Amino acid sequence: MMSAAPDHSPTFARLTLIDRLGRAAPYLLVPVLVVLGFLAIGAPTSWLTLTVSGLAMGMMIFIMASGLTLVFGLMDIINFGHGAFISLGAFVGVSVLFALPGWTDAASLPLNIAAILLAILAAMVLTGALSWVFERVIIRPVYGSHLKQILITVGALIVLEEAIHVIWGGEEIFLIRPSELRGAITFAGAALEKYRILAVVLGLAIFFALRVVLRRTKIGLIVRAGVENPDMVEALGYRLKLVFIGVFIAGSALAGLGGVMWALYEQVITAGMGENMMVLIFIVVIIGGLGSVEGAFVGALLVGLLQNYVAFLEPKLALISNIALMTAILLWRPEGMMRVAKGH
Amino acid sequence: MSDPILTLDAIATDIAQYHILKGVGFQVPRGQVTMLLGRNGVGKTTTMRTIMGLLRNKSGQIRFDGQEIGALPASARARAGIGYVPEDMGIFTDLTVEENMHLAAVSGAPDQARLDWLFSVFPPLKTFWRTSAGNLSGGQKQMLSIARAMIEERRLYLIDEPTKGLAPAIVATMVGALRDLKRQGASILLVEQNFAVARALGDKVVVMDDGHVTWEGDMGELATDTGLQERLMGLSMEAG
Ligand SMILES: Nc1ncnc2c1ncn2[C@@H]1O[C@H](COP(=O)(O)OP(=O)(O)OP(=O)(O)O)[C@@H](O)[C@H]1O
Ligand SMILES: [Mg+2]
Repeated sequence: MMSAAPDHSPTFARLTLIDRLGRAAPYLLVPVLVVLGFLAIGAPTSWLTLTVSGLAMGMMIFIMASGLTLVFGLMDIINFGHGAFISLGAFVGVSVLFALPGWTDAASLPLNIAAILLAILAAMVLTGALSWVFERVIIRPVYGSHLKQILITVGALIVLEEAIHVIWGGEEIFLIRPSELRGAITFAGAALEKYRILAVVLGLAIFFALRVVLRRTKIGLIVRAGVENPDMVEALGYRLKLVFIGVFIAGSALAGLGGVMWALYEQVITAGMGENMMVLIFIVVIIGGLGSVEGAFVGALLVGLLQNYVAFLEPKLALISNIALMTAILLWRPEGMMRVAKGH
Repeated sequence: MSDPILTLDAIATDIAQYHILKGVGFQVPRGQVTMLLGRNGVGKTTTMRTIMGLLRNKSGQIRFDGQEIGALPASARARAGIGYVPEDMGIFTDLTVEENMHLAAVSGAPDQARLDWLFSVFPPLKTFWRTSAGNLSGGQKQMLSIARAMIEERRLYLIDEPTKGLAPAIVATMVGALRDLKRQGASILLVEQNFAVARALGDKVVVMDDGHVTWEGDMGELATDTGLQERLMGLSMEAG
């Protein structure tokens, strides 16, 4: 009797299959939306252009949302200051690009990309460092109270935007992309902007890098476990607060990175650009499921694609399309597509 | 006899505005199984969480292996050698069985010999090693929770109701595992509502009621005195 292992295997096998389908379902929504877009748009070249544009936009939204969802999931912190890190990253990155005219104007793709990478590096270092201070001064006193978090981080957002005005002036700043990333290539008759292709490649690289860290490293395990049951992670011997600070800094640095990419996409920057993105970012975090990086990835791609398709088909509906998407997904899965089961 | 591994002295713990523990004091001797018994809601789990550091005691002392740990965060108490199996099992359902176990091995990769022993005690863990822990049955989750605490040698094990809601065959597996652990000389503080299990494992007994310790003594004494059982723990205790 002692050694008799319980025989649960049959039930178990069925569960796994359903479970697997359930997990894959959100990913399948992306190709489904792409096919629906094709059917609705009809013209293959327009559809291809819009799809690449939507994916590029989605990748950038994902980069900006990935840190926020982890901070939210891990410590239950709502941080509107995230928007300021996006703007700040953009201004720092653009300043670096302006300082390197020799690299950005050169007819050399490697030199152009090197300039962008340097701009990204500077933006990430600065936003990362600032977020370390931000966590201590702004976030730490308001653990456990959402209302206080919203009030104080919105306040911090406004202060940081004003600081940008003081440093860089109150006007919007226009920029042009490095020379080899201007214009489009023609593929299968469709015009595909070069920069959008770069944004897709960069976004995918960051998504897979984050996935590897979360799935293959101990720190990633701690973060995933902490999203589900922070007390138990502490009881196993890990100081979750320290891990959280690391995640907060990394997430803010990713916001800075996203800011640089968004600046090059829009070719104009303002102090309020990050704040303007926050609505879309929150939609992505919510439909993805709080704390789920993969959910944010799928959610961001859906938002980016839908926005582009609808803007082409029926421009008047572009604004409400994302709200409609959020409503539909929350009706299907009230906790978001990939919400992590919450322990206590 | 050597000094106890754990000594609680006049521990008071509040949850929100409620006074839950009102001066709990007892000792857990080394190399023995100490049973923490009492009716539902008397504060057993709160005592465990206070020892672990997941709740802060507002007064009193917690001495673990000669060191006062009341000011340490839970993670430091775990690193000092306390293994915890919470009442709700605390499984990370989003992680695989393997990942749950790796996380529990705080000082590095799990030791293979110890892992093999745990696989022999809890065969399903081997079968479902690479599967999401959320898919395990209740009994298998409990096995994982206990194995996680046992993956490294701890100086004290806190185990909260390991047989709750389990089928008899799985209860027997649990008892076997805890016996193995006891045979290795482990110090264990065990909350258990099933009196048959408590009697099979316990050396010492601490009984609580309404945030206090009401009785402390040997299992032998309690096991033979049904009148005492009745008086201390009332009808919720199932004999047999
Ligand atoms: N979060 C909470 N808020 C308010 N009261 C609580 C909370 N958690 C526990 N309590 C109360 O504290 C008391 C002790 O709870 P505790 O879980 O420690 O009891 P227990 O002895 O472990 O009970 P059981 O045998 O049911 O597991 C109970 O009366 C419970 O209602
Ligand atoms: Mg309890």
